[in-house]
Amino acid sequence: MKNIDSTGHTRGESIYLDDIPLLRGTLFGAVYGSPVAHGFIRRLDVSGAEETPGVVRVFTFQDIKGENQIGGIIPDEPLFAEHHVHFCGMPVAFVVAVSEDAARHAVEKIKVEIEPWPVVTDPRVAQANGELIVPPRTFRLGDVDQAWSLCEHVIEGRADTNGQEHLYIETQGAYAMPLENDVIRVYSSTQAPTAVQRAISKVTALPMHALDIEVTRLGGGFGGKEDQANVWAALCALACLHLKKPVKYAMPRTDDMVMTGKRHPYSSDFRIGVDKDLKILAYEVTFYQNAGAAADLSPAVLERTLFHCTNSYFIPNVRATAYSCRTNLPPNTAFRGFGGPQGMYVIEAAIAKVAEGLGVDAAVIQKKNLHRTGDIFPYGQLAESEAHACWQKAEDLYDIQSMRREVEAFNGSNRLFKKGIAFMPVCFGISFTKTLMNQARALVHVYTDGSVSLTTGAVEMGQGVNTKMLQVAAAVFSIDPGSVRIQATSTFKIANTSPSAASATADLNGKAVQMACVEILRRLKEVAAAELGVAVEDVEWREGMVWVSGAATELDWKKLVLAAFVRRVSLSEHAHYATPGIHFDPSKEKGHPFAYHVYGTAIVTVTLDCLRGRYVIDAVKVVHDFGTSMNPLIDRGQMEGGIVQGLGWMTMEEVIYDEKGRLRSNTLSTYKVPDIYSVPEEISIDFLHTQRDNLAIFRSKAVGEPPLMYGIGVYFALRQAIRAFNPSTDLPFSTPLTPEKVLMGLYDKKLEHVPG
Amino acid sequence: MIRFILNSKLIAADEPPGMLLLDLVRYREHLTGTKIGCREGDCGACTVLIGELTGGGMVYRSVTSCLTALGNVHQKHVVTIEGMNMEGLNPLQQAVCEEGGTQCGFCTPGFIVSMAGFCLSGHAPTQAAARAAVDGNICRCTGYKSIERALDRMNDLLKEAVSGELRATSGGEAASYKLQATSGGLDKMRFLVEQGILPEYFLDIPKRMAELALEPNGAVRAAASEGEEAASYKPQAASGRNGLDTRGRRFLGGGTDLYVQQHAAMVGADIGFLTVGDQLKGIVQEGGRCVIGGAATVTDLMESPVIRQAFPRFEHYARLISSTPIRNIATVAGNFVNASPIGDLTIFFLALDASLTLSDGVARRELPLRKFFKKYKTLDKRPEEFVEKVSFDLPGGRGLFHFEKVSKRTCLDIASVNTAMLVKMEGGVITEGHLSAGGVGPVPAYLEGTSLLMKGRRVDEGLVAEVLESADGEIRPISDARGTEAYKRLLLGQLIKGHFLTLFPGLSVEALLEI
Repeated sequence: MKNIDSTGHTRGESIYLDDIPLLRGTLFGAVYGSPVAHGFIRRLDVSGAEETPGVVRVFTFQDIKGENQIGGIIPDEPLFAEHHVHFCGMPVAFVVAVSEDAARHAVEKIKVEIEPWPVVTDPRVAQANGELIVPPRTFRLGDVDQAWSLCEHVIEGRADTNGQEHLYIETQGAYAMPLENDVIRVYSSTQAPTAVQRAISKVTALPMHALDIEVTRLGGGFGGKEDQANVWAALCALACLHLKKPVKYAMPRTDDMVMTGKRHPYSSDFRIGVDKDLKILAYEVTFYQNAGAAADLSPAVLERTLFHCTNSYFIPNVRATAYSCRTNLPPNTAFRGFGGPQGMYVIEAAIAKVAEGLGVDAAVIQKKNLHRTGDIFPYGQLAESEAHACWQKAEDLYDIQSMRREVEAFNGSNRLFKKGIAFMPVCFGISFTKTLMNQARALVHVYTDGSVSLTTGAVEMGQGVNTKMLQVAAAVFSIDPGSVRIQATSTFKIANTSPSAASATADLNGKAVQMACVEILRRLKEVAAAELGVAVEDVEWREGMVWVSGAATELDWKKLVLAAFVRRVSLSEHAHYATPGIHFDPSKEKGHPFAYHVYGTAIVTVTLDCLRGRYVIDAVKVVHDFGTSMNPLIDRGQMEGGIVQGLGWMTMEEVIYDEKGRLRSNTLSTYKVPDIYSVPEEISIDFLHTQRDNLAIFRSKAVGEPPLMYGIGVYFALRQAIRAFNPSTDLPFSTPLTPEKVLMGLYDKKLEHVPG
Repeated sequence: MIRFILNSKLIAADEPPGMLLLDLVRYREHLTGTKIGCREGDCGACTVLIGELTGGGMVYRSVTSCLTALGNVHQKHVVTIEGMNMEGLNPLQQAVCEEGGTQCGFCTPGFIVSMAGFCLSGHAPTQAAARAAVDGNICRCTGYKSIERALDRMNDLLKEAVSGELRATSGGEAASYKLQATSGGLDKMRFLVEQGILPEYFLDIPKRMAELALEPNGAVRAAASEGEEAASYKPQAASGRNGLDTRGRRFLGGGTDLYVQQHAAMVGADIGFLTVGDQLKGIVQEGGRCVIGGAATVTDLMESPVIRQAFPRFEHYARLISSTPIRNIATVAGNFVNASPIGDLTIFFLALDASLTLSDGVARRELPLRKFFKKYKTLDKRPEEFVEKVSFDLPGGRGLFHFEKVSKRTCLDIASVNTAMLVKMEGGVITEGHLSAGGVGPVPAYLEGTSLLMKGRRVDEGLVAEVLESADGEIRPISDARGTEAYKRLLLGQLIKGHFLTLFPGLSVEALLEI
């Protein structure tokens, strides 16, 4: 089934935040962000802004009616800077004016005097200074200290991954409007309506029941609008509360890039030991997470890094420690993969370094150490593994032998071009790692004309979740999907929602939809039994008809629904789902945090122009464990999109802050995401259909985040190609692997001889 | 007053001619299908088509409306996504839907508009050409593969329809999609209307455009002064087809750079529009010289028979330079006047030792391009002067030319380093050499010493080594977001090797790698 939004999208008729028709009297906001990354505000002068024609009011922390606090996990993030600034772009003032131009013009007239304090952008420096967001955490399995002596080879190293700008094409924004009796409605481009509601409630001191947060769809989210949409919504709501006027702020791109956090950069140290058969016996890793200036979601991201630090491998002795380090950057935040990719990159780097040191193919080590069903993860959960199945099928299906022969032949006959090939297995746990967040609700109404209305806590941001929700309802009721409509996500309709995140949205909300529909159907069957005068056990509902003892009756959907109404039977249901069986004890760092894992293996091939240092990605060939995909078209789209986003992170997407904490890659001309020419010539996706029961909706496993990590394989394929040209390269394990790093890696031994 | 047709509706706008088309479309006309992604021409979410009535009929180009001034659409046809919608989905929309080519949907209207632009362009429906048509559209969700599949469907449709058409009429040989020519390009549009790709109102557009051109009005300023003599670029008088007023205080070409750098200043500026009217357009050969009008766009270069013949690899070079919607409006002269140390076309034309003709509307003067750049972002140009034309000696049979560029992202990105080289050969000896390099100093560099060094030399590995060493001595790169100094030095050397290896394939790769 096609994405239900696709018709509106291709006609340009879908409504995003900036497309909502304006109410009369709407005012426009603009944020004045700190020009300094760290310091003490000596003086703030907003008079120039206040005097600017068109300006209605300039808001600062003094205008906050509730608490100046929007921190989600930890209350450490003021909405407005009061006396201190902690990152460049930290909101200091919010100008509201009759037009966007006037507001922006006025922002330029704000003057601030800030006593500069030392700026830290390096997480290792922050850690050394004791600047941690939360105490460090350590996951342990076996005994690494004992294990080193059993290893034939022990190799150490360092690996660094840079951040990643979300670059949703629709920027962040909010539009707040006063309703009567101190109720505010906020249209927000958020993945987390409830988080927005809570943040506004805190800032305005309005109770949550006075705050209707409504979301129709996002023009992309990728995690960037999970926690960070709160700021703009809170600013608009605050101004709306004071002025009793609608207030809108749709961020200009540069504001968005400068003021919002990104994927966390990590710097990591690893030590890995293998025996003579290349079995990994021990792995020790220390992660330094660059959290930025406030917690945001960093502690949760940090946790997932630890969960995924061994990727798809069984390693009997593990010690993984992670520091969440406070720096003077915007608070870094959720981004597809949520710390998992950072953890996986390091273990893959460790394996690559062993392979290079021993002169063996990394794939040999990778394959040998894939975990199997029953193997234990460092956090105590037992694997139900498809790792081998995916790997083996990828080898067979894509004929790895001939792929390798092709690469060797090419490299043998080309001097200035080299090919590289790498495997990237992925194992990703599905569930919010914070157990309490694994709950969802759905509201289903059947109207007397037979049409069905569906509301969930899921936010549509392109991932196709609404289509899947609609499929669930249509399947349970066995009616045409055309008679089901999904409504905008709203905190007045569905309360206390978890964000649309963690790949779990379709599972959680889908199960709730299923439960609601099943319950309505149960009642309808009772109605049918009464109408037909038969036992309810004999009533069967399929193909839109009531069947009794194998024969279709007169009762179709519409008649049945009307009969239920006449009999005063409820045609509505609000269902609640909580993932069963999951638990985690942070005091022991053990438990069963995931409903299930998703597996897959990608084979990546690249061709490198060794003269110029640029490259093309020839192919990403994947075997992926979808369970039983309920929507192959949407799931394939998630795969392809995730892969390309992952390889962008590994190759061209370079977040650059200078030493003063100012973002240098603050526009689309300085921050590059993949264009149509940078994607692999071929992306093959094979669906590993597995029949094993799982907790996914309709056994269709979550697909949002896992494919992003296949992109990591591009780094290692490129590394292979570089080594084919320059076997003794000192290329660091550092991403993104830009053409600059590639060229330096190709010619590092000669650099001192370069003239000049 | 600016008058144009927006989709099927005549627009008369009192807004300042420097206002952006995007803002008028979204916030005055409330056509919200055209999206805002970056406001700097780098994402394509705001892509619209601009159609112009030419001698050969309507010519449509995709452009980024976020960098297009209202003045630049005066008397033209602007098509937004809404202008393509019919009762059901058109086949392009259908292809994108069915292939899953839309996820969050925010970039989608831009893609559909670019695809329609491709259908209108008359390009042969090859995979490469279709992809090139959307090379300015960024999608963050799909990874483009589904969009590629939709493009394939579009091509299938075009091929099938054309071959059917050809069978029915001439039983033609090629499946190439070339239906323009007769009756003002109307055949092509009729064909697209028949296919259900375009709504029917398109058929009336040529007539309406012709009528619009006859209406008197005089608000949009062209840059050249009236009555001024100029051999091949004589400006039309104020009573001419466009009814143009004369000089404004700020010149505007395509706007692709000015609006990125000085958006707020340009909106209300008193603008002299350089691209309005035909007077600064055209690419002609005059003897052994090529003369390019100051308002000629990069796309004009790509489509010029003179350029294509002189530079067989031009299409390949152009692919590395911005994107289709930008190339459609960005002017060659604008690239020079921008004074970026890394302008791709600047580097290209520096190696051709091109000359500029500057005019203030009264007097004109000529100077070599390499003398145009005085220091960082400082030109030998008075504010009242604009580039009237660019001219250079065509390389001819003895001339060998090559252009190289490397950027973080291969396409649609600003170079880390770019360079061009022209050598004229006689009997195996270089009689004249020109080497240029961008990104390695405060101004686009013509490497004079190195260029001279090549003169009179035979091409061998030793010469390449000398050229590298000399070039490295002439450049002054700094570390910035586009790369470190060490990288830029290394890269320029590599790209110079690239020139030699491309132009002289007989050189020893091994020996060059040893340099």
